[in-house]
Amino acid sequence: MTVYYMCFLLFLVGLYGMVTRRNLIKIVISFTIMEFSVFLFFALIGYVENGEAPILTKNLPENPVFVDPLPQAMVLTAIVIGLATSAMLLAIAIRLYKKYGTFNIREINNLRG
Amino acid sequence: MKGLTPIVKKVAQLMSGIICIYGIYIVVHGHLTPGGAFAGGIILAGAFILLILAFGSEVIKLRKEETGSSVTESFSILVTLILATAGLLIGSKVFFNNYLPKGEVGELVSAGAVPLYNILIGIEVAAAIITIFLALIIFKEEEEQR
Amino acid sequence: MIIGAIYALHANDLLSAVIAQGIVGYGLVICFLHLRAPDLAIVQIVVETITLIIMVAVVLDSSRKELKTPPGWKERVNILLGLIFIGLMIYFFDGAIASLEAFGEHSLRMSQVYVEEGARRTGAANLVTGVLWDFRGYDTLGEATILFTAALGVLTVLRLKGKN
Repeated sequence: MTVYYMCFLLFLVGLYGMVTRRNLIKIVISFTIMEFSVFLFFALIGYVENGEAPILTKNLPENPVFVDPLPQAMVLTAIVIGLATSAMLLAIAIRLYKKYGTFNIREINNLRG
Repeated sequence: MKGLTPIVKKVAQLMSGIICIYGIYIVVHGHLTPGGAFAGGIILAGAFILLILAFGSEVIKLRKEETGSSVTESFSILVTLILATAGLLIGSKVFFNNYLPKGEVGELVSAGAVPLYNILIGIEVAAAIITIFLALIIFKEEEEQR
Repeated sequence: MIIGAIYALHANDLLSAVIAQGIVGYGLVICFLHLRAPDLAIVQIVVETITLIIMVAVVLDSSRKELKTPPGWKERVNILLGLIFIGLMIYFFDGAIASLEAFGEHSLRMSQVYVEEGARRTGAANLVTGVLWDFRGYDTLGEATILFTAALGVLTVLRLKGKN
């Protein structure tokens, strides 16, 4: 059970970074760290002790015990969705930099209008 | 963004060919070995990005490439939807079902329509990643020229 | 991984923060290999490489210093509220974990049918791909739509098409 606590600690580090940092790129980095912790949690739930990877090959033992394939299919989709989200966030960030000249969100708030 | 020295250009051309063949292998054998559409598609996009990074960028050449990659991406999603709707008309009357005959487990031609879906979505993922990357590079080059 | 994440938040230079993000990403690949998931490891490696390339292209073009202004009183209230919220979340997480089974003793309640009948009904040797395309096909169709929309969104935000 301590493995679940370490995974939650990674989530909390990402959440702390998202609330307190003022630089736009560090906010994007905290967002991806929070996403990674959720992927790790899903993969940890589906683990069976002494299980094999869920692929049928030629030389398997008699009654193989497989790791759960359903959470792995969900995380596979979620990783690519995370890439799409990061690409959109970085496009918005580079456009904000070209318009205001800084990455700091306090200065952008003061410069606007 | 200027290009790099001629040694890097030649090595990049060689490596890009090898990476392209490896990406096609992972996409086509998606139902037998780990991999599938998403991993293979992004590897194919990586081969193309290597060529762009080694040869530098001029905006006029890149705009034509970017039109081509957007059209490829839209076209392959259209073919996927046509293939999924064809299951509605023939075979079992359910949308997006696996209706082609399934062969033996472990052969290359097996598992119904899954290899076809893998190839089509692999092309679509590669074209989407190339479009995102080219959009960022063209944006930076235009800002520099002004 | 946790040490890399903490360094990524407190680095002075933005380029160091991006490289520390790479530590977290590649450490996740080793975790996936230990948990017997080769599909996830392959996808995570290539996605992390593409994310690092895009981030370095964004960061190199700008000034890389982070201004160190001392936090005013508004920011101190912010940090205090954040810490209180984190304490509440730890308390609720304790209660939620107690109802999970122990680590490594998954009972495969829903996936027993997928593992036993998967090879016969889909004909694929890779069980994860068979589940992804046959039993859970709609999720994959929606995910292809999300990638398509993201590419379209990046083109719109950077105003490459439709310029007057």
